[in-house]
Amino acid sequence: MNNRIKKLREESLKAVNRISSERALLVTEFYKSNESQQLSIPMKRAKAFEYILKHKQICYNEGELIVGERGPEPKATPTYPEINIHSIKDLEILNSRKKVSFKSDEKTFKDFKNIIIPFWKGKSNREKVMNNMSAEWLNAYDAGVFTEFQEQRAPGHTVAGNKIYQKGMLDFINEINESIKNLDFINDSQAFDKREQLSAMKVSAYALIMWAERYAIYLESLAIKENDISRKSELENLAGICRKVPANAPETFHEAIQHYWFIHLGVVTELNPWDSFNPGRLDQHLYPFYKKETENGSLTKEKAVELLQSFWIKFNNHPAPPKVGITALESNTYTDFSLINVGGIKEDGSDASNEMTYIILDVIEEMRLLQPSSMVQLSKKNPNKLIDRAVKIIKTGYGQPSIFNTDAIIQELLFQGKDIIDARNGGASGCIETGAFGKEAYFLTGYFNFSKILELTLNNGFDHRTNKQVGLKTGNANNFTSYDELLAAYKKQLEYFIDIKIKGNNVIERIFSNNLPVPFLSLIIDDCITNGKDYNSGGAKYNTSYIQGVGTGTVTDGLSAIKHHIFEQNNFSMKELLTALSKDFIGYDDIHFKLIYESPKYGNDDDRADAVLDDVFRIFYNAVNGKPNTRRGVHRINLLPTTSHIYFGMVCGALPDGKKAGKPVSEGISPVQGADKNGPSAVIRSASKIDHLRTGGTLLNQKFTPDFFEDDEAIKKVSALVRAYFRADGHHIQFNVVSADTLRKAKKNPEQYRDLIVRVAGYSDYFNDLSEELQDEIIGRTEQFK
Amino acid sequence: MKAVIFNIKRFAVHDGPGVRTTIFFKGCPLNCKWCHNPESKNIDIEKTDKYYKIRDIETIKTKQIGKFYQVKELVNEVKKDIVIMEESAGGVTFSGGEPLMQFDFLKEILIQMKETGLHTAVDTSGYVSEKKINEIIPYTDLFLYDLKHYNNEKHIENTGVSLLPILKNLKYILNLKKNVWIRIPIIPEINNSEEDIYGFIKTLDKLPEKPEQINLLPYHNIADNKFKRLKIENKMKNIPGLDKKTIIPFKLMLEQAGFKVKIGG
Repeated sequence: MNNRIKKLREESLKAVNRISSERALLVTEFYKSNESQQLSIPMKRAKAFEYILKHKQICYNEGELIVGERGPEPKATPTYPEINIHSIKDLEILNSRKKVSFKSDEKTFKDFKNIIIPFWKGKSNREKVMNNMSAEWLNAYDAGVFTEFQEQRAPGHTVAGNKIYQKGMLDFINEINESIKNLDFINDSQAFDKREQLSAMKVSAYALIMWAERYAIYLESLAIKENDISRKSELENLAGICRKVPANAPETFHEAIQHYWFIHLGVVTELNPWDSFNPGRLDQHLYPFYKKETENGSLTKEKAVELLQSFWIKFNNHPAPPKVGITALESNTYTDFSLINVGGIKEDGSDASNEMTYIILDVIEEMRLLQPSSMVQLSKKNPNKLIDRAVKIIKTGYGQPSIFNTDAIIQELLFQGKDIIDARNGGASGCIETGAFGKEAYFLTGYFNFSKILELTLNNGFDHRTNKQVGLKTGNANNFTSYDELLAAYKKQLEYFIDIKIKGNNVIERIFSNNLPVPFLSLIIDDCITNGKDYNSGGAKYNTSYIQGVGTGTVTDGLSAIKHHIFEQNNFSMKELLTALSKDFIGYDDIHFKLIYESPKYGNDDDRADAVLDDVFRIFYNAVNGKPNTRRGVHRINLLPTTSHIYFGMVCGALPDGKKAGKPVSEGISPVQGADKNGPSAVIRSASKIDHLRTGGTLLNQKFTPDFFEDDEAIKKVSALVRAYFRADGHHIQFNVVSADTLRKAKKNPEQYRDLIVRVAGYSDYFNDLSEELQDEIIGRTEQFK
Repeated sequence: MKAVIFNIKRFAVHDGPGVRTTIFFKGCPLNCKWCHNPESKNIDIEKTDKYYKIRDIETIKTKQIGKFYQVKELVNEVKKDIVIMEESAGGVTFSGGEPLMQFDFLKEILIQMKETGLHTAVDTSGYVSEKKINEIIPYTDLFLYDLKHYNNEKHIENTGVSLLPILKNLKYILNLKKNVWIRIPIIPEINNSEEDIYGFIKTLDKLPEKPEQINLLPYHNIADNKFKRLKIENKMKNIPGLDKKTIIPFKLMLEQAGFKVKIGG
């Protein structure tokens, strides 16, 4: 890393998270203006976008090669009052909370108190959403049966495809003009709506060009004042790039990165999408530029690395916008989930790994930043060199990159009806979510708490925490005479809540479609321009809604323990179990012992438990898969938790897998923490009994002690583990290489472990920044090779 | 046909090449002072106390050591990891105890493993009849062959058995050009001086073929709890484990003598 990058990296790491009122103030000013009152909703959104880009402060950090900042300075984080309003109390909590605080200065507090809150109160999308939810939905939500993504953020969770490297904003504008020209006002009843939408896209495209020009002008003004000749020419060069892109398609490696970055900032300035936008298959997109330029001598490898490193720092400058309401206190995820994909296969089906793949992996290893997150796509067609290189970085112990099965991703996408070229150009975004990059609007709608469903089933639908009859009356559990009866009741409860969730989703989708279209994002994702439809209204080529199941291990082990002890071995009765659960096992050591140590558990390649897993999967899959959304698409499942397994455990009492009241449930499709005793090959065998290909992604975590990686042979063995899992259609695996002992020490003496980064679930984070519950959960995960 | 097995370890990475499943047979004719698997000595199924934690409180439960397995059962258990064995060029390892003590079973399962196409390793003390060794040779791809001391008297003193049949069998196997990894446990005060290493080199030089590899296994004292639970005296109770670093000079000595050496399994 050269001095320039060292300085920028250091500045980025040192920058303090702040709340910036800039964006919220600008959008408020615009919404108050007379001009805004006359506009259709799409035009209003586009003009608001233009207004922000016209007036937001230009931020250029000395020495940067990639320019453009989301806030007025690094880590100054905007809010989105159209979606939800940060209250003064939220700001106070964020300001003072121990972990991942966001500071607000006096002016910010005043701006919120005097301008932002008074204007938006009663108008935010979150309020519209909550006001339109049914009593059943609200009860289930309060009980912790599910969460709602769109309550705090806009739908997004999408990835740029290849087209942006071939087209500039002016090309999109031409396409829009063409689309408008072809509108059929005689036969198409939606022609007018389409024209408004397309006009809004055009305004957004011009707005981004205008913003880049503001950068060009600013850089030119710096160049004029600059005395150092080489620096002067560098600034002039940067200004020239900002005049070229994003208006026109990029022609150089440098232009390609800068082009993407302007588009990225456009997406995250327009709204706050789940999850942060990302460049997807970066090695594939950049390689043609790199190849051309290194061959003609206009670019060196060193320069390319420096540009990538500069690009990496830009991502790290952007923490995830903090949430509001109850979650401001506990949810302190820093990362914004931009997931760089490398490797995989080309659209003709051949091995896609190239020189750029390995250069990017070098950059990941050297930069050692939380953001952007990174992953390697591994296909059977990729050489072992690729996986070995990835494992070598993983072994350095910061949880990156994670590894994905390209061949599984392609089959998942094909199963969903996507065409093979789109499937091969796809990948994973966010944590582990499969998508057709550049062509799909896939909304993650919320986490779904399997453990709560089991708890409600055992309590005849009654939730003791909220003291309400939340679920159906599926019968007194004491009267169940077989596992099948219990499972049938569980199925009924689950289907009941999935239907509530889906009804809610279909209302929320319409609320977003009607009130918060995203004309800028619609430029980027096919076929919104051709269809004259917004990304949030079904304009994309593919439109999917996901529900994310959480606690697969916990519910499997719970059902398995009941099946084994109550219905097969008669070790104790349902009544005794329910009493033990209600007492959090105190005074019921024998039952607790049997539940923990003498029950068939998922993660051990034990067919007794894994058969229950199959029941759990099938019931969830059948309840969700194929149910329509409002965008000509359907609902599908994936299995990942991010950090919700902590919250979902908190809302549950003691559970029949031996989990104590309030403790976390299992994460992703990983076994319950500590339940897997037969080593990692048994874990992957159990996990591969899930039919990954019918999901949109699953998340498997493994923890290895650093001692394991003493030599290169160990790397080969971990690579073999990954290959074996992927041969069995496993979707994704990630590794923590850190000992529980180190983690315990870090918890005790955080000041000595400020750099310690761990894999949480689908992303990495500073160990110090995690909640105590999450820290303990990670410490409790099974350690392979202790 | 059945055998008493006391452990099945999947994803074993120190018992031969690649990722392996290691089957631990119960019963051993040796009585090594430093034994780290004391539960393997007795061929019979035993009971022992085991400590478990529930809500941070320790409780003691009786646990059975050893379980009868049919050949077919074990073959199925091993086959579960066949994919990762293929990916890593691994296989199955039979260890113990002394797997050859349950000879008929071992031979049968080796035959079936070879039919499955798996790489097989037998981890043996070598203290068995030449006839038995001879019979399993066609089905054994690799011998992990223990050599605990180079001096017969010391060998008898510390393991309770003579070194002579062990060396004889080793020579026999090497003469047949079979792959052999010789495993030397380095034990404080028993064989961890430079002089001892020269002693080993002298013995190794007399072998008809060079073994493919020599593994130096530094003594560790993690077995103390096992001794306590089994109510057996731990003859090495107060002797701390050896740091890997202290073994490095021995590795260099053996390498200078022309052997391929690895510290650890």
